[in-house]
Amino acid sequence: MSILRLEGIHKDFGEGDVLRGIDLDVEAGEFLTLLGPSGCGKTTTLRIVAGLETPDRGRVWLDGRDVTALPPESRSVNTVFQNYALFPHMNVAANIAYGLRVRKTAKPEIRRRVEEMLRLVQLEGYESRMPDSLSGGQRQRVAIARAVVLAPHILLLDEPLGALDLQLRRQMQTELKALQEKLGITFIYITHDQEEALNMSDRIAVMHDGRFEQIGSPEEIYERPATRFAAGFIGQTNLLACTVEAGGLLAFCGERFPALVPEGMRPGDQAALCLRMERLCYGSRAPEGHWSLPATLVEHRFAGGSLRTTLTAPDGQTLTAFSQTRPELEPGAPVRIWWDEQHAAVIP
Amino acid sequence: MGKRFRTVYMTAILIFLYLPILVVVLYSFNPSKTAGVMTGFTLSWYRELFADGEIARTLGNSLKVACISVAAAGIIGTLGAVALARRHLKLQGLMEGLSSLPIMIPEIVLAMAFLAAFTFVGLELGMLTLVLAHITFCIPYIFIIVKGRLAALDISLEEAARDLGAPPLRVFRDITFPLVFPAVLAGMLLAFAMSLDDVIISFFVTGPGAQTLPLKIYSSLKVGVTPKINALCTLMLGVVFLFVGVSQWIRAKKT
Amino acid sequence: MTRPLEKTRRRRTLLCLPLYVWTVTFVLLPLVYVAGVSFCERDASWGVTSVLTLENYRALLEPTYLLVFGESLLTALLSTALALLLGYPFAYGMARSSPRRRLMLMVLVVVPFWTSALVRTYGWMILLRANGPINAALQALGWIERPLKLLYNNGAVLLGLVYTLLPFMILPCFTALERMDWSTVEAARDLGATPWHAFYTVTLPLTRSGIMSGITLTFVPSMGIFYIAELLGGSKSVLLGNLIQEQLLRARNTPFGAALAMALLGFTALVLWGQRRAGGETSLF
Repeated sequence: MSILRLEGIHKDFGEGDVLRGIDLDVEAGEFLTLLGPSGCGKTTTLRIVAGLETPDRGRVWLDGRDVTALPPESRSVNTVFQNYALFPHMNVAANIAYGLRVRKTAKPEIRRRVEEMLRLVQLEGYESRMPDSLSGGQRQRVAIARAVVLAPHILLLDEPLGALDLQLRRQMQTELKALQEKLGITFIYITHDQEEALNMSDRIAVMHDGRFEQIGSPEEIYERPATRFAAGFIGQTNLLACTVEAGGLLAFCGERFPALVPEGMRPGDQAALCLRMERLCYGSRAPEGHWSLPATLVEHRFAGGSLRTTLTAPDGQTLTAFSQTRPELEPGAPVRIWWDEQHAAVIP
Repeated sequence: MGKRFRTVYMTAILIFLYLPILVVVLYSFNPSKTAGVMTGFTLSWYRELFADGEIARTLGNSLKVACISVAAAGIIGTLGAVALARRHLKLQGLMEGLSSLPIMIPEIVLAMAFLAAFTFVGLELGMLTLVLAHITFCIPYIFIIVKGRLAALDISLEEAARDLGAPPLRVFRDITFPLVFPAVLAGMLLAFAMSLDDVIISFFVTGPGAQTLPLKIYSSLKVGVTPKINALCTLMLGVVFLFVGVSQWIRAKKT
Repeated sequence: MTRPLEKTRRRRTLLCLPLYVWTVTFVLLPLVYVAGVSFCERDASWGVTSVLTLENYRALLEPTYLLVFGESLLTALLSTALALLLGYPFAYGMARSSPRRRLMLMVLVVVPFWTSALVRTYGWMILLRANGPINAALQALGWIERPLKLLYNNGAVLLGLVYTLLPFMILPCFTALERMDWSTVEAARDLGATPWHAFYTVTLPLTRSGIMSGITLTFVPSMGIFYIAELLGGSKSVLLGNLIQEQLLRARNTPFGAALAMALLGFTALVLWGQRRAGGETSLF
């Protein structure tokens, strides 16, 4: 049984639908990321799970119980807010203890668990500091400790690393993942940063315009995007306009090549081939026995760890390839392009 | 603007602001009742002041009116601010505009309206009418300040408290109220000062039995000046300065 | 469906009831009543008859009262303009001071605000009177032989108004200047503007809302503070505020007083409307 189930959630704040039919099942102990651009409805989804918003339509099930009508204080779910929302008039210990105090936990027990939490997030000795005097990373840890101390069944994190600089972000990503594995709590994590999502998640739900575009493991999402949006939002991608041919083939500029054409697509249908930039190979000729397509090399650009090459197909479509080595080819040269069909997804 | 000119100019304005205050204080120690220059030093005006039961009684009236009005306005204004911050109800803009009208329009208009209305319904002018009028113009100070503070308050703080298991009333007690309390206090202090200082509205709505201190001062200034008033004003200024000093000291200690 | 959040929100909204009831009873109804009275005929003594008339408004147009209106308006305009001319540079200086100095100046400006306006007006009475320190000093210096008549004239009223209202001008101007992004001025200078030109084209427009608030906060009360006119202007100065007071308490002509108050309210509404159109904020806080 899933720990959280969303069924047909709709939400409208009066300015058009924010959520239009969200269905989601989350397994216990899972690290699920909601990934999407700002305004796609991911924060609203999270707030509906927390009980901070009520859906217009649809149901929320927690641990098999319908909690749609329950207020936030009656749900076994806790949130790490985007700006942390630490109570400015309480010190670190009082912030962490707040939920326990509301639950009328015995004082010695509160003290024990607060100490345990401070150890867990490596903030021993900061008990009596005020939130104002903490750094961004420290505040973030307090916010996590404050939510985790209540042993929620699900921890909701709303872009918790958004305010941190890049280096600290990377470090906190590792720490958060380790923490999740250690505690075994289900994490639902919001981000608009694809790298963060790919690094940390067990599953990613790509959101766009109030709907899920695709839900799957990071590998699935990366290798086999289901929609043009998912393909474009994650990784750097070439999208080639092709036509479906019979026998698992695609046609591109008059030439045919094999591809993993999904069932349900018929010959003559228009399709987009999603090809990650680092998967696109080019050279003066293809390896022995491999198919290839014609193209023209436009330019090379140095891009840090790799070389970024722009190519054009005979019909004028532009392609970009990332490669590690620079081939002996000058701009303007005619080249052949090819790829492993396992790594190219066909999208309707 | 040159730096030197700036210093000179700002000093001149400050002198302009403080000169009358200084003069009032200085002349309260002047033995001569009419002389333009200081002729010595005396405390006799203070002695006379303390012997004057009339002044003590009007001061008592003023304090009574201010305390009752500020307490009532504090409750009404704070509740209203809590209810209306971050809300957009029908007619809300109109009602908020109306409730802050007393400090937006010339006081004399409101004073005249009070007098006319109180006379119309047959309320006898006195302590009661004074308090009703003062509550009305104290509310906006508190309402506006508290509502501003609430609007600036991060809503996710209250959400976080609920998320951590606190029911609404508990959230108000633990989070909202402690965080807006300084604003409530600030609004009530400002309202208190305004109530204690009010001449125009009080002038219209009070009756013979309920003279306030500013009205007493006003009427004695009209009939002729006595240094006893200087002594009284000096004491009032002393209270204000003490108060501002203490609050600044507390603020400085806090940071 | 039960909506737990909406329910608590709705319950919270009920807390505005006392405010609404109070506002309707003690602000709206009295003002509506006065508006009504201004169209009634006066009774022999205090009262008001239910006979409707436009007489009170027609009386406003009599030369005597038009003169008072004009003088009142002129005094208010002059005192507002003077307060702006004196207050804005001061606010500018405050905004350009170091943070510590700024705090100190802020306190110094606010303190008179907390002290009784009546007391401070009294201070001017002492300063300006015939045997007051100013005359004494001028005589001691030998610049004048006989004391100047400084008190009980329109100049003294103007001085008292400007003095009382100056903090109301300084504070909103300062807030606007402090909030302003000073790098825009540097950008203007960088693009070749002279200091004055940069001030005129950048600083002034960017602080317009503060200036408008200041103007409203000084202009509106300046029409009604009758005690300053009475204490510093003596019997010579009759401003609108004094006229209302006199009609109400001495002539006991409530309907005419009401019409005067309505006219003053109309002026105020005009000023507030103008300020709103110009994009100012009215709140001091």
